[in-house]
Amino acid sequence: MLALQILIDGFAISSLYAVGAIGFTLIFGVSGVLNLSHGAIMAVAAIIAWYVAGDLGAGSYGGALAGIATGLALSLVTYGLVVRPIQSSRTIAHEEKEIFVLTSTLLWGLMLQVLVAYIFTDNPKTVQPLVSGVVEILGVRTPRNEIFTAILSWAAIGLLWQLVHRTRAGKSLLAASINPRGLALLGFELSNIYLLVWVIYGVLAGLAGVLLGMFLGVSSDNAGTLTASAFSIVVLGGLGSVTGSLIAAYVVGYLETVTAYLVSPSIRTVPVLLLLVLVVYLRPQGLLGRR
Amino acid sequence: MKASLTLLTAAFGLGMATHAAWAEDPIRIGVIAETSAISGVAVPNGAKLAAEEINAAGGVNGRKVEIIEYDDHNSAADAVRAFQRAAQQDKVNAVIASYISEVVLALEPWAGRLHMPMITPGAASNEITKRVHDDYDHLKYVFAGYLASTQIADAVCASGKDLLIDQMKAKTAVVVSEDAAWTIPLDEEYLKCLPAAGIKVLDHIRLSPDTTDFTPIFNKIEGEKPDVMITGISHVGVQPTVQWQQQQVPIAMYGVSSQATSSTFWKDTNGATDGVVFNMFAAPDVAVTPKTIPFAQAYEKKYGIVPGYAGYTAYDDVYMWVDAIRRAGSTDPDKIVAAMETTDYVGTIGRIEFLPKDNTFTHGMRIGPGYISGLMLQWQAGNPVTVWPSNVATGKLKFPAFIKTGG
Repeated sequence: MLALQILIDGFAISSLYAVGAIGFTLIFGVSGVLNLSHGAIMAVAAIIAWYVAGDLGAGSYGGALAGIATGLALSLVTYGLVVRPIQSSRTIAHEEKEIFVLTSTLLWGLMLQVLVAYIFTDNPKTVQPLVSGVVEILGVRTPRNEIFTAILSWAAIGLLWQLVHRTRAGKSLLAASINPRGLALLGFELSNIYLLVWVIYGVLAGLAGVLLGMFLGVSSDNAGTLTASAFSIVVLGGLGSVTGSLIAAYVVGYLETVTAYLVSPSIRTVPVLLLLVLVVYLRPQGLLGRR
Repeated sequence: MKASLTLLTAAFGLGMATHAAWAEDPIRIGVIAETSAISGVAVPNGAKLAAEEINAAGGVNGRKVEIIEYDDHNSAADAVRAFQRAAQQDKVNAVIASYISEVVLALEPWAGRLHMPMITPGAASNEITKRVHDDYDHLKYVFAGYLASTQIADAVCASGKDLLIDQMKAKTAVVVSEDAAWTIPLDEEYLKCLPAAGIKVLDHIRLSPDTTDFTPIFNKIEGEKPDVMITGISHVGVQPTVQWQQQQVPIAMYGVSSQATSSTFWKDTNGATDGVVFNMFAAPDVAVTPKTIPFAQAYEKKYGIVPGYAGYTAYDDVYMWVDAIRRAGSTDPDKIVAAMETTDYVGTIGRIEFLPKDNTFTHGMRIGPGYISGLMLQWQAGNPVTVWPSNVATGKLKFPAFIKTGG
């Protein structure tokens, strides 16, 4: 009974982690950017979904769409106003660009976080779930919303897989993550590929934010934790590896859930951090990392 | 450009005019709170409302009351800096500070060192008044404008016979509190007063305020089969409430839930708070005193939401400081404190008197019939409805379908 409960809860939370982390790892894989405003973008997407669904009366579907659109818009703004000017700058030395991108996305994330806290308070908000009620799965009372979260997460991951493996744009994206210089030599415009990856990232981050808002609730205060959790998953899975991130999301999700149920909810994230230290020490490239 | 110049001139002229109307220096009251939190923002809001009313009525002997706000971002370090600035640079005459016990405990020695009269509109740890009792000469500048945790637990237990036992037919409970300074004495008292009221406590769970997924906690509680959960939550609120409703945990939540005291809680939880029973000392629908309802209405008119619990007390606190300064006839801190100690003021939450220095709750508020006594409210279809005590109740307990009660 407890085992089944852990299995169900762990699956839902892990799927959610996977959606959140995949976009993050994709950007790193393709353009070498670590976007530290990730958590803030997720949180803002969730809070806008809450606001549009409730205060503006658009209902749960309208809210969810607005949240995803917010994720997309913020992703493009992050790329256009924060990341791209640094990448194309002539005054910043090439070897310093990475650290510039890190600090400026971190700062940008903080600005977003403080702004939404100022407008909407830092109290957690919950997005109206698209489905309500509970079902019994072999005696475990499970909210329908939890099942829905897992299904939608996997649908998004499946679509992404189709996109990457079945379409030309997706294939060039995959190629860019393997060897960007080679792709440029073949005549592909890298900036188009970057734009595509930020679009994909924005949709995924928006979706992850909205689903998290429906499932557990999100506060602007969570921004740092959300970035950290995506970062741990991605480092654990291997920076830039989508499959690695998927596996790592499940390792992290289940490790947290097992800890919360069998040890104590208050030390939920501790074993993951220990595992991270261990992985970085023994296998610095992560589970499936190439770099 | 021209328009903005005109505007500027007008604003300047207006500033001159208002300034000219007040003969003497204003009475300055510093307000320190976390303004991006539901309970926190009620503090400056309540204080400003009081100051506006006092000024509209001519101020204090021709002196204007000025509120100076500081946001402490829920950080004790920021609050201490704000307090120092208020005392040394902005020269305030008194301070209204924070609803968080940890922050108030950090400010307490500074109130002593800087001889700055201070009152908290919402922090509840017993430690605050106990320190005043133990070191009166140094810390007499500190007043507690909210009840101590022990008194709050007693107020919850007092409603137990009527609501828990008679109406909900509850026999057993699990105490669930967040891990914080204010809940230590709260839980201690719960564990004493619940059995005394006839409720057996099966377990006592302290949860981390950082918890985001409460499923394992609810799961554990459900396994113990209590009739009710007795809560002590303030830093957390939205997430456990929403998850409780989404997962349809069949056990009622009853006790202290500070965030639930604000009307925005219904919106933040998308109505998941329906059925939550919580303690308060004043409510928008109950004339605890003749001032309660007019205050709640004026607040709602000005800010668009009903006040969180610390809004009522911050409003009363401004009136009490002003009253003490008027009676002291001076802004000398020792004289203000001496005048404050003789306060007998009917505010929005009841008749307020501060306990003397031989009481263990020195400078805490006197509770009991005729002074301040608790209410229990329940969220019902979008509105907080007072359900206890019966002489002021505006409704009966009503739970959502997934809650199992013996009644």
